[in-house]
Amino acid sequence: MNPNPNIDFSHLCFLLFLQKSTKFFERQLSMDARRMSRAVPRVRQVGFFTPNTPAQQPQPQSAAPSSESPPLSDSPASNSLSPVMIPPPRHLSDNLGGRTAAVPVPGREISGELPTVGSYNPSESVLWLDSPPRSRIGDEELSEGAESSLGWYRRSDSAKFASSLPSGGFNLSTAKHPESVAAVEAKNPLPEQSEVQKEQASSSKPLKAKTTKAERRALQESQRAAKAASRAEANKSGTPGGAPSSKPMKQPPQKKDGPPVASSIAASERIGVDRSVEKERKKDLPPPRKQFDDESRGGRAKRRSVLNQPEARNRVELFRHLPPHKNGTQLPSLESKFFELHEKHPAVYKVGLQYLAGDLSGGNARCIAMLQAFQEAIRDYSTPPEKTLTRDLTSKIGGFVSFLIECRPLSMSMGNAIRFLKSRIARLPLTLSESEAKTTLCSDIDRFINEKIVLADKVILRHAATKIRDGDVLLTYGSSCVVEMILLYAHELGKQFRVVVVDSHPMLEGQKLLRRLVVKGLSCTYTQLNAISYVMHKVTRVFLGASSIFSNGTVYSTVGTASVAMVAHAFRVPVLVCCEAYKFHERVQLDSICFNELGDPDAISKVPGRVDVNYLDNLTDKQKENLELLNLKYDATPSDYISVIVTDYGMIPPTSVPVIVREYRKEYLLI
Amino acid sequence: MWWRSASFILDRQQHQNRTVAPSPESFLLSSPPPMADSPLNPKSNISAYYQTRAAHHAVVTTDWLAQAQAAVGRHSDDDGSLGGDKGAARIGGGGGGEEEGSGKAFSVIDEFNSWRKQPALAEAVAAIRALAAVIRTSGAATMMELEIELKKASDSLKSWDTTSISLTAGCDLFMLYVTRTSALEYEDFNSAKSRLIERAEKFGEISCKARRIIAMLSQDFFFDGCTILVHGFSRVVLEVLKTAAENKKHFRVLCTEGRPDRTGLRFSNELAKLDVPVKLLIDSAVAYTMDEVDVVLFGADGVVESGGIINMMGTFQIALVAHSMNKPVYVAAESYKFARHYPLDQKDMSPARRPIDFGVPIPSKVEVETSARDYTPPQYLTLLFTDLGVLTPSVISDELIQLYL
Repeated sequence: MNPNPNIDFSHLCFLLFLQKSTKFFERQLSMDARRMSRAVPRVRQVGFFTPNTPAQQPQPQSAAPSSESPPLSDSPASNSLSPVMIPPPRHLSDNLGGRTAAVPVPGREISGELPTVGSYNPSESVLWLDSPPRSRIGDEELSEGAESSLGWYRRSDSAKFASSLPSGGFNLSTAKHPESVAAVEAKNPLPEQSEVQKEQASSSKPLKAKTTKAERRALQESQRAAKAASRAEANKSGTPGGAPSSKPMKQPPQKKDGPPVASSIAASERIGVDRSVEKERKKDLPPPRKQFDDESRGGRAKRRSVLNQPEARNRVELFRHLPPHKNGTQLPSLESKFFELHEKHPAVYKVGLQYLAGDLSGGNARCIAMLQAFQEAIRDYSTPPEKTLTRDLTSKIGGFVSFLIECRPLSMSMGNAIRFLKSRIARLPLTLSESEAKTTLCSDIDRFINEKIVLADKVILRHAATKIRDGDVLLTYGSSCVVEMILLYAHELGKQFRVVVVDSHPMLEGQKLLRRLVVKGLSCTYTQLNAISYVMHKVTRVFLGASSIFSNGTVYSTVGTASVAMVAHAFRVPVLVCCEAYKFHERVQLDSICFNELGDPDAISKVPGRVDVNYLDNLTDKQKENLELLNLKYDATPSDYISVIVTDYGMIPPTSVPVIVREYRKEYLLI
Repeated sequence: MWWRSASFILDRQQHQNRTVAPSPESFLLSSPPPMADSPLNPKSNISAYYQTRAAHHAVVTTDWLAQAQAAVGRHSDDDGSLGGDKGAARIGGGGGGEEEGSGKAFSVIDEFNSWRKQPALAEAVAAIRALAAVIRTSGAATMMELEIELKKASDSLKSWDTTSISLTAGCDLFMLYVTRTSALEYEDFNSAKSRLIERAEKFGEISCKARRIIAMLSQDFFFDGCTILVHGFSRVVLEVLKTAAENKKHFRVLCTEGRPDRTGLRFSNELAKLDVPVKLLIDSAVAYTMDEVDVVLFGADGVVESGGIINMMGTFQIALVAHSMNKPVYVAAESYKFARHYPLDQKDMSPARRPIDFGVPIPSKVEVETSARDYTPPQYLTLLFTDLGVLTPSVISDELIQLYL
């Protein structure tokens, strides 16, 4: 209770919170506003720990600095410990995450009585960094009783996306507990201090936002813990909050302190607890939002019968909305189903399996295969009695498409092709007989393939070849069939140039391209993406393929393309993106997070053919839970890094993509 | 109205494919056919385009005066009689039925050259006039024949001087404008032909008016007391500044010298005649004076699909300086200079050479960079004043796509 050491301590707390709050700034930014608004009014009303609050309130030193309430940090904590089972660790937890609760609340209350306005007052928030959420919790508990718990769940749900990341940070800090226990008891928490000092510098500016973040994080922790406690009270004896307190009043501190306490007791145990908590949290998450809209999700249940969803793995939080990768393990069972009776036309089924197995890759190949499968399906189609061809065929195609999506998410180009086909079906004159309609559709599909893909490629390679001069060094990344055609065409024209094929790890598609080029007699250099900055200064042109181009000029392509383009841009090497116009999409995309495709996460943890590279093998399940593997398939290259887009309509700057999209839509609806 | 004054865009909307709407690739991909028998530019290693410009806009020489007089004299002649002096010159490749009517050989090149001699007339407009004359003198009996003939004529024009972007662009646009019209379908050949001639004349007129339109449009961008930096001799820029002076705007012009033709000297002459305060700089003083400049104004030899411009050597460098000092860079260019080129870098253009006089003999071991023009990428340009309106660089490509597709 003697002020001096406590002041030090509170300072530390302050710093620590600053630091914590900086950590997850971006992630939680969105939640900031909401929380704040909710938090403000409540903060004033009630303190955090009911037992403590009276004791704190009397503390008259309302002067802001003095009210940093040195004694509180200690005393309230210990007081509040009483409801909790294990006092000493709790102390700790206070110092770290949980400490926030004890220290600031009283100060906050005092300040609330001062003329300052809630947590919106910046100076105040500087002083009482963490108070609002804490106090809010307490207040909720107090005032709203049962209702509060509801609110909690709700909020915790909303917080879930952001929360898992913070938990990581938290774990780190908690790992240091053993020392910090001693340190805290000595009122001189060294490890923390060092930590603080480290991150102190960065955390100086946006104090207000940070405070809220710190608070939020603390809140999330507490909520998570609370849920875990309430849910797994019975079976989890390890949880410190395990004492099943039915009173909402007592519950909050327990919940809050639950995980940290556990951690301090024994690191491993704590991890286990925390993990289990997290797992549970994940389980009761609403199913992550899928990349594809409700229409496809509606069919999901149906499709699940065909293809099992892979078990929910440890997936990277930021990308949980993406459908998980389906690996080929289900292939045999699906193959055996080939001859069974089901809705899917065998041709479509076959293509689907090829997608699944990864035998078919490349936007054009996949699109052509799909269209040809549809063509066959249409040939074998006969309108069921009392149905019209237009309606029934459309829904049939829709079924095929959702099956294909299940095998592998569609590329934009395929989406465009499907849209084309559906519009063709919808525009069929009613007077046509069934066979006529079918032949019309088949020829339409043929024409689409011919005009939009085959011929378009020819035009593109003639355009692009004009940009290849003798003595050029051309760099390409991955394996794009258009780029390959361009290189071969230019070679046929007798141009003298060298090719640098850049490749990257899990797919190693560049080797396929490399082989075909070398066989044709081109002089090639092969390198990995890591070495891109070393080779770039010799390069005169960069040719890239694209999976799709959005109307803001963003190029959506194999993962790694963006870095190639950026390095090229930095070296002032022109970047030519070769892409058929049917792959253009009117969507605007700014990042590669919202829409993407996940690859097989295991593919990046293993190096084929290298038995000695096995660092990630033989991890226990528990250890694996700390490991999140991210294998993205695509990335988005901002248009700033693209010099020109070579399409079947000529060479256009990326800013002109919307014009093509506009004109092109018109045209292919009219075909 | 002015922003769609080149009515080819309107025509395009009701476009129909009966006429040999040239497929996009035929324009871009197939570089002009080699045309072995077409009259080639005699000094093929020197850009005829820049020769002409130098002749017209460089410091006045007696040579220039002689040329100008000759041109005026010729211009008064009827086009038919012009064919005589190069009687053997044929219209490119064809030898087709173009001269049956008059019985005399008619060469589009000569026609073009005669128009080109007029300093006020842009090369593209000269080409347009020449092509119009082709239609007029043509003896073709069917529409198709006429079109083929026209195509050949324009090809021969283009191959006559491949370095001139505006010439190529003007020919292409003329072909589009003239041949893509719905009126051609229903009428008999003669009325269709007269319609074509009409359109050709109209297009020529529009092209002539373009400068005026641009001058009107650009007035809002120059405020009283501003300092304008110009480079080279551009007739559009001159028109713009003239109009500004007529509108009683007070402004000051900094003129670069414009080596090697020293076109800037002549430009400053013209401005001095208008009583505009003008100051001459040597080309290398641009960065030095940039801080007192409010606006940089260029003309353009060609506007390319990326939205960048190709212009006299030194433009890029000035644009870079201006960009780094956050000065707006405006370009005044007529829409017939819009070309379907997409240079990726400076060397990615057909070279246009120009002899440079250093005043002292250069040792033979020393190489001389004789390129006459450079490419300014779009990110260094602020706005383009064209007769289609005031456009940002990215709109250029949109307009071109709409034109050519």
